[in-house]
Amino acid sequence: MASGLRILVPVKRVIDYAVKPRINKAQTGVETAGVKHSMNPFDALSIEEAVQLRERKGPIKVDDILTLAAGGPKCPDVLRTAMAMGADRAFHIDVPEGAGDGGPEPLTIAKMLRGVVEKENINLVLLGKQAIDSDQGQTGQMLAGLLGWPQATQASKVDVKDESGTVEITHEVDGGVETLRAKLPLVVTTDLRLNEPRYAILPNIMKAKKKPLDKKTLADFGVEDTRRLKTLKVTEPPPRKGGGKVEDVDGLVSKLKELGAL
Amino acid sequence: MNRPRWQRLVRSRIISSRHIPCAGVSPARAFSMSGRRGLMDTTGFSEDQLTVREAISQICANFPNTYWQERDQQEKDPKEFHAALAKDGWLGIALPESFGGAGLGISEATMMMQTITQSGAGIAGAQAIHANVYATQPLARFGTQEQLETTIPHIINGTWRTCFGVTEPNTGLDTLRLKTLATKTPDGYSVSGQKIWITCAQVASKMILLARTTPLGEVKKPTEGLSMFCIDIDRNHPGLDLRKIKKMGGRAVDANEVFFDNYQIPANTLIGQENQGFKIILHGMNAERCLLAGEALGLGYAALEKASQYARERVVFGRAIGQNQGVAHPLADAYMKLEAAKLATYHAARLYDTNDGSIPIHTVGVACNSAKYLAAEAAFTACERAVLAHGGMGYAMEYDVERYLRECLVPRIAPVSREMILNYVSEKMNFA
Repeated sequence: MASGLRILVPVKRVIDYAVKPRINKAQTGVETAGVKHSMNPFDALSIEEAVQLRERKGPIKVDDILTLAAGGPKCPDVLRTAMAMGADRAFHIDVPEGAGDGGPEPLTIAKMLRGVVEKENINLVLLGKQAIDSDQGQTGQMLAGLLGWPQATQASKVDVKDESGTVEITHEVDGGVETLRAKLPLVVTTDLRLNEPRYAILPNIMKAKKKPLDKKTLADFGVEDTRRLKTLKVTEPPPRKGGGKVEDVDGLVSKLKELGAL
Repeated sequence: MNRPRWQRLVRSRIISSRHIPCAGVSPARAFSMSGRRGLMDTTGFSEDQLTVREAISQICANFPNTYWQERDQQEKDPKEFHAALAKDGWLGIALPESFGGAGLGISEATMMMQTITQSGAGIAGAQAIHANVYATQPLARFGTQEQLETTIPHIINGTWRTCFGVTEPNTGLDTLRLKTLATKTPDGYSVSGQKIWITCAQVASKMILLARTTPLGEVKKPTEGLSMFCIDIDRNHPGLDLRKIKKMGGRAVDANEVFFDNYQIPANTLIGQENQGFKIILHGMNAERCLLAGEALGLGYAALEKASQYARERVVFGRAIGQNQGVAHPLADAYMKLEAAKLATYHAARLYDTNDGSIPIHTVGVACNSAKYLAAEAAFTACERAVLAHGGMGYAMEYDVERYLRECLVPRIAPVSREMILNYVSEKMNFA
């Protein structure tokens, strides 16, 4: 690797993790108006990891941390948060918001990210493994496919090993952990145990206001917001029925037999 | 305690989806507290104010009601809370950027104080830090470069805590008659006299002190003859004695009688010009009114949130008690009073911040005093009704509202009484 790390961290503005979403009246999606939003928690992990890669002063210096969000006029809120955590600059990709829809589809976002990677000479993309609104978990993988780059998903540890750009990534699998090795350029998606995202401290919140935030469109990266999927209907899960009590183990077994579970 | 809440929550949610079965505890409760939209309408707040609110709530989420219950009962200083805010730079919210502050205004600082009390930290949480925010204002404005460089960064990073030494036993509101004397010596001044209700003096290393440098009989105008100092609180130094005052609420933070008996302070502790201390201190007073108003509001909303939750969940005679207008209406009334006081408070803070001299100083003064008055009264109404809505449980420590009620008397009394505000407004509005 001749140059340093140029990291891209896409983030998504989603309904806050602590809010219980409600279905809108038209049953086309969830109610977003007047609901608290924040940065997708998995994306906060990615920002944190990018900042920690810089702070760890590993074999490759971090030259640039670019963050971006695609969506409506409130997106700069999460971008400022990302910059307050330590990202250097941000793109707001202006995408008009439809009522209650989950935003552009993963392939559209992946294509747009490919455009950003190429234009901005990115060599490491850190993405959350999924956004907690639509829970699709596809964007990172599609991006790696489009770029023809190696990918490591659901990372619980990211370790830059040497100056030539060897990276080791650990991720959790059933019954243990798996360690992967790849060379930059690389796509990594992040999982919960990777780190603990920091709170933005006041001096950095103030600095973040002065960091560059550029407005772009999908067209700047040669992409259109076409949708292949149409949401027919969104409904609440059926309410759970109350359970019943059995006297003893024999009662349990006969009840299960009665229900055809045994 | 330090693990971000969302990691615990998101994990459970991703495994089990958002819709947890409704048996027992409702899912809204499992996730709620800061997550659920608060009662307060946030329309119209600036981006900076909302950013402050969000960031401060995240820090406060690590200090739940149980932390404050314990501190209150054991009368233990919440030093971890002060340290957490200092670590992230919040004590410098309204101090100049050149000394490590954020250079924001009183509008944002008021929001910070409101968010703190509203988190359940109450007046105790606010008092643990607020002198560091407002008593440093006159210092930042009138101190020399050297004074600022040697003190402000230490206050912002939390190594030094500060207290505000104005009130005296016999000259509570009658500041111009204060008796503590600072007599000139070859090396500086010798201080003798008594101060009272000095919050955090036990844990502070600095005091912003107002003392008389020229006897009242010798000055041309009564507003002259007072001087402001930024002095060390050195308990090993002769001539200084501190005595804790046992009190009704906010027991986590100490309040004290402070006795000076020929306590020696160096000449370079004087802030601004000698004998001009009253003008200097006036600068901080309107700001302090706004902060206190914010603190009162936060406490009121916290109490009302508790009451509204209880009214929805407590079932008597086959239905939630909130279904009874006798319970709901007093809370609705308290809510409207809080919202109105909120508008008055942030209006006053905006006047204070944006005044370029075009707004008469008394307009700002009336607005800031009105805000403090209205917010304190609204908070009292909300806290009292929250206790009543809880019935017997309102009297139990576990439900927190009794603590809020004890504490909400503070903004009604301090830093200036309701009666003095009424006098002031009567005078300025030519009613008297």
